[in-house]
Amino acid sequence: MTATHPAGSAALEALYQEQILAHYRHPHGKGTLAAADATVTTRNPLCGEEATVTVTLDRTGPDVRVRDIRFTSDGCSISQASASMMTDLARGRTATEIAALTDRFADLLRGDAAATHDETLGPLQAFATLSRVPARIPCALLAWKALADALRPQ
Amino acid sequence: MTTVMTRRADFPLLVRQPGLHYLDSAATAQKPAVVLDAEREFYETSYANPHRGAYALSARATECYHDARTGVARFFGLRDAACLIFTRGTTESLNLVATAWGMHNVRPGDEIVVTRLEHHANFVPWQQLALARGAAFRIVELTPDGRVDIDLLRHAVTPRTKVVAVAHVSNALGTITPLGEVAAIARSVGALVVVDGAQSAPHMAVDIEALDVDFYAFSGHKMGAPTGIGGLIGRREILEAMPPYQMGGDMIEVVGDERTSWNVLPHKFEAGTPNVGGAVALAAAVRYLTSIGMTEVRRHEQTLTAMAIERLGALPGVRLYGPDATRRSGVVSFTVDGIHAHDLATILDQEGVCVRAGHHCAQPLLRRLGVSATARASFFVYNDAADVDALVSGVRSAQTLFHGPRVVSPGTPARPATASR
Repeated sequence: MTATHPAGSAALEALYQEQILAHYRHPHGKGTLAAADATVTTRNPLCGEEATVTVTLDRTGPDVRVRDIRFTSDGCSISQASASMMTDLARGRTATEIAALTDRFADLLRGDAAATHDETLGPLQAFATLSRVPARIPCALLAWKALADALRPQ
Repeated sequence: MTTVMTRRADFPLLVRQPGLHYLDSAATAQKPAVVLDAEREFYETSYANPHRGAYALSARATECYHDARTGVARFFGLRDAACLIFTRGTTESLNLVATAWGMHNVRPGDEIVVTRLEHHANFVPWQQLALARGAAFRIVELTPDGRVDIDLLRHAVTPRTKVVAVAHVSNALGTITPLGEVAAIARSVGALVVVDGAQSAPHMAVDIEALDVDFYAFSGHKMGAPTGIGGLIGRREILEAMPPYQMGGDMIEVVGDERTSWNVLPHKFEAGTPNVGGAVALAAAVRYLTSIGMTEVRRHEQTLTAMAIERLGALPGVRLYGPDATRRSGVVSFTVDGIHAHDLATILDQEGVCVRAGHHCAQPLLRRLGVSATARASFFVYNDAADVDALVSGVRSAQTLFHGPRVVSPGTPARPATASR
């Protein structure tokens, strides 16, 4: 009973990068858009955690574009920080661009080595170590699933 | 520092992982070597399909199955072992009662009473039965410290109440329900008492004859047995009047082209080849618990629970849910201000501490508590003071990570919840 677990505080700090904690403490894009074009709530059935995403959309171009975006959530730091970064990254982007970014983020969470050098992921790189904690990956993807639903062609 | 005895050496998984602090026994318990050995021994020496073969090996398997039932019945103080039905576990046992008894006895305008403490397994089957039969579904609320409010129960139960379904021990808070008082109230109107014993069977002495309830459901896997074996104890006259739950082999007497008659108890409710190996292992698990003594199991867990409540409660920003240690089993549900329960569980996991985080399959209860998730540490016979030390130390690590070292220095006064420095 005296042996310590292999992981220690260094592993913890790698997991809970300062960027993640900063976004959790001061989330970007938290709230609800009054005149939203789409509102989608996703739920993690294992834990009951919810995230709601509201967006206003620009449909004038060939591909629908996110004009503005907000999220609400009562979830953990992983899901809130991911949603917070998502609002920064999605604003002004097209549905196609966002789908590609979401796939790349999922690659990163699965531990894809190439994705860890992908600059398009920007601040999401802070989640790279989450691949070692697979139980928490659904938390990181919760708001992204809501956004994907919100952008689905009607 | 403490003289709490450990039985860790009896559990091979815990021996192999010396740094592991397993505090999730309310979800499922680790298995003692004697259980694993008994199951293996059965498969290596006595395995065949029981109740069927006209050969010695099958007869031996039948005998093992019968002996397992007798042993488990004795553990619960049940004199008539045929009133113990082996099932996959508590969930199947409760569904059996809600379906086989409920669909034939609950009528439009009747009432079903449950409590705010219930696990989904003792909530959803009754809620759905009420919907299917046009019955009213009543939820008895709790006292502020998370106990079933007996006065409210008394008001909720009326002459139209057909069943009162209640957890003996809450899986989310550890609250122990005074079943005697519940049964007296139900008896006064002729309602059945159905008890979810998943969290009491492993952790305290249960004398089924003294409890005077109509049904008691339990899970082997929380008692040190493998998954997929558990039981339902019921009153003979009620079980005999009930139609079967599932149809198939073993549960029949004579199958005609038009009609079929049913086998006697307990076989009427055990369709198909039974989980004999599981039953044999469950019998070994109750022998193991009996060798410790259920009074000692309870005392041991109560000591650790009181220790955890005191030490977690002394940390600033930690909120504890549920009653004091004398009125709860070995379950400590808590939240830490500014840290979501899932983050807490991940951080604790990094230090080898396994706790559950979430709604604990008790969403109606957590809604009432006003939280979306709590962290839950739960104890069993293999835990000791070092596990409590690791839990408290892990919570302090989480606070340091999220709030900086200031909060966890000894003597720092409690401060309000905040997500910023």
